[in-house]
Amino acid sequence: MAAKLVFLGRLEDIAGTSELAVVPGPLEQVLAALDPALAVQLLGERVRMALNGALLGDGGGVVLVEGDELAFLPPVSGG
Amino acid sequence: MAPAKTDVRLLGEVFSPSDEMAAFTAAHPEAGGIVTFLGQVRCESGPGAVEALELKQYAAMTLPGMEALAAATRARWVLDGLLIIHRHGVMHPGDPIVFVAAAARHRRDAFAAADFAMDHLKSQSWFWKREKTATGWRWIEPRPDDHRDLLRW
Repeated sequence: MAAKLVFLGRLEDIAGTSELAVVPGPLEQVLAALDPALAVQLLGERVRMALNGALLGDGGGVVLVEGDELAFLPPVSGG
Repeated sequence: MAPAKTDVRLLGEVFSPSDEMAAFTAAHPEAGGIVTFLGQVRCESGPGAVEALELKQYAAMTLPGMEALAAATRARWVLDGLLIIHRHGVMHPGDPIVFVAAAARHRRDAFAAADFAMDHLKSQSWFWKREKTATGWRWIEPRPDDHRDLLRW
């Protein structure tokens, strides 16, 4: 079992995939294992995060456990 | 009075707004007014013309968010029924993207509810849009107008 990162919108293009299985742990540790160019984009100030479908205020203190799904959400544009 | 009806759908395939309008109207004979809004992919010409549009959704949030918006709309106006249909996936010029219908005893509630729902679908729902032109695909960022529209409420 692992945790899952989900990349929405333009972040999917930057990551080259819509989902990525990662080793669970503190968010900083998970991001440190990624391509630095991707990690920088994921931490952009306009990118919000949702853990298992619930929006997070900020990523501070997030620790992923097995089965968690953390989504990175760039600004939306619907309709 | 029968309980008010709410119908929220996130569709991956093309749909017929006129069929939806007919069914919604038939389901709400008690309503004195029905307001509908249809958003569709623009047909353009010229080198910058959009050939296709893609809306990506996120299963964990997009439909739940639309349902929450419908509930907020219902709570704010006195409606007999509310229908919200939004596409995801690849669409082409002329394809419907979004269809909102609000039925109410009096027209002002129906107008306001449809307007409110659309402003929030445009700028606060979990969709990511990209457009294909002759030069390829490009992600679309929200317009400042979309955020200004929210301040009306």
